[in-house]
Amino acid sequence: MHCLHRSLLAALTVVFSAGTAWAIDVKAAVLRVDYPTLLPISRYDLPPDDLGFAGAALADEDNGTTGGFLGHTYETKTVAVPPEEADAAMAQILADGIRLVVVQSRPEDLLRLTDQAAEAGALVFNARAADNDLRDGSCRGNLLHTALSHGMKADAVAQFAVWKKWTEWFLIAGSNPEDVALAEAYRKAARKFGAEIVEDRSFEDTGGSRRTDSGHVLVQRQLPAFTQDADDHDVVIAADATDYFARYLSYHLWTPRPVMGSGGLVPTSFHGAHEAYGATQYQTRFEALTGRYAKPEDYNVWLALRVVGEAVTRANTADPDGVRDYAISDAFELAAFKGQKVTFRNWNGQLRQPVLLYDGVITVSVSPQEGFLHQSSPLDTMGLDRPESSCTAFD
Amino acid sequence: MKSFLLSTALAALIAAPAYAGKAFISNERGNTITVVNTDTWEVETEFFAGNRPRGITTSPDGSVIYVCASDDNLVRVFDANTYEELPSLPSGPDPELFILEPSGKRLYIANEDDNLVTVTDTETRTVLAEVPVGVEPEGMGMSPDAKFVVNTSETTNMAHFISTEDYKIKHNILVDQRPRYAHYTADGSRLFVTSEIGGTVTVMDIAEDGAPTVVGKISFEVAGVQPEWLQPVGARVTSDGTRLFVALGPANRVAVIDAQSLEVLDYILVGQRVWQLDFTPDEQFLLTTNGNSNDITVIDVAKEKAIKSIQVGQQPWGVVTIE
Repeated sequence: MHCLHRSLLAALTVVFSAGTAWAIDVKAAVLRVDYPTLLPISRYDLPPDDLGFAGAALADEDNGTTGGFLGHTYETKTVAVPPEEADAAMAQILADGIRLVVVQSRPEDLLRLTDQAAEAGALVFNARAADNDLRDGSCRGNLLHTALSHGMKADAVAQFAVWKKWTEWFLIAGSNPEDVALAEAYRKAARKFGAEIVEDRSFEDTGGSRRTDSGHVLVQRQLPAFTQDADDHDVVIAADATDYFARYLSYHLWTPRPVMGSGGLVPTSFHGAHEAYGATQYQTRFEALTGRYAKPEDYNVWLALRVVGEAVTRANTADPDGVRDYAISDAFELAAFKGQKVTFRNWNGQLRQPVLLYDGVITVSVSPQEGFLHQSSPLDTMGLDRPESSCTAFD
Repeated sequence: MKSFLLSTALAALIAAPAYAGKAFISNERGNTITVVNTDTWEVETEFFAGNRPRGITTSPDGSVIYVCASDDNLVRVFDANTYEELPSLPSGPDPELFILEPSGKRLYIANEDDNLVTVTDTETRTVLAEVPVGVEPEGMGMSPDAKFVVNTSETTNMAHFISTEDYKIKHNILVDQRPRYAHYTADGSRLFVTSEIGGTVTVMDIAEDGAPTVVGKISFEVAGVQPEWLQPVGARVTSDGTRLFVALGPANRVAVIDAQSLEVLDYILVGQRVWQLDFTPDEQFLLTTNGNSNDITVIDVAKEKAIKSIQVGQQPWGVVTIE
């Protein structure tokens, strides 16, 4: 955090208005790194051009309406670049005097961009990357996370499975590094909540099985063969962060079982059909503004900018240090359409929040599940708890 | 407020034959209003009330029932005796809660999706004004002298004090997360604003000119209930200003609060997801709508005890009573 203190140059324009109140013009940016990727398994998962940016637009509207009563304005710049242009894009954002930056990128790029931002005293919000290490050994004092971690997602699924008494798991992991990391989160969740992985297999990514004219024909033959002869299990847990097989699992298993994780029942921060806790209002506002359904990335970006809005509204500050300090303080709380306030873990900068379990159509359940208790917050039963985290950047 | 109650009571004594008091409950998911006899506590009938009926109120003389039909984007109007539907009122989009001024003329409606409070004339059935407020306006309270209407905005987290003279916002007070409801004492000297996600009730003293000053905050604690589920929603204060009752949503309890010292005295167990409240006109009973158990609970106000629950329609939301 030392670097945050250095420069607060034009992070924000503070204007003394005619009245007694200080007007604040809040400038933020959303930087999205677009990676070359294969098509998703489902057309429904095609990323819209304004992925994440739409959440920023809604946040600007929401914050701006509130700001209208207080003399605060909000403006968020959105930038999408290929990976090789990410550093230059961050440099430009910082050169523009912006010190509050929401980043949608993979972990390695996120860390580099965060360190680049730190040199200019800027605060970064992670709205995409789920790696646990970003909240653990690789945490940064100028990095807050509104995105869920792999650990939070896995724990959310594990709690639901254990609540259902589906404690014998067949874990199927992908072979890409992200899949392997996610699978490790599920193994840890199983140990944490008393489930047993009775069968643990890796489904090799050979570049096939994606949607094609006849993809389903192959899948229908491959997956039953792959899943036969597994030990008796209650549920299949899929760890497929790269989206190449898990969505196919549900009806192609050798032994019919429910699927959770990357396919079947999926943990997510938000989805376009979530209606409980007043979320209908979020959805109608979002749809009216953007003409499409909300994606988790939109919600994560919206959350990050609402955190900024709360700091400006309540603590009268838009400087990166001020926003960060307020966000991780006990005074901070935010209503986020999930039935309870969301707050930050002051040991690693992760936003603690309920996790929705989504079957592609509705919210099936919300974790934490009943009966999973914690001495300070039931939300801390998901993800890295204080004693587990090796993050020291917030000390 | 007191004189209004009195005049209603007198009118009922003089004009009306001996019909029993009634409670009207809006059933958000059932799209109906359930009518409950408040003497026998029997359900009299249930009738179609429009799509997603939520906020519900009555004309000062108790002859007409108004209900926010949220998904119809209008206020539906019903005869309180025959249940016949009368011409609707324009409300602006997605009306959720509203408040009728004591004269019965102007209805102030929160439009949740449009960050507006719509002012509708109940006689000419026209929109008189639209007042821009914070994000997701919901709670609506009115000062007893009818000079101010207070709207709470759930995402902006403010109580907006709108002058009924020029429809301009005169004061904005920040409160805790997701303010749901605003309610004045009968003498107008205090205002209570509930914050569902913040888990608190903000207490304001109101000056002669209507200006608010925050003087306290009430929070809640129930052994064995996670603090996250103590979510204040509906509120009512006795007309003598001594007791405040606050519905605590998924905690399934109504808090009983000393409205002067702001000390929480008791928690009354009611049905599931308790939402809105209303007294019977004589203030002998307090009725609660319990959205997840599809019933209402009757609380004896003097004894501060729940005495009965009555099954109503699907997902009861609001309640209003008449003599």
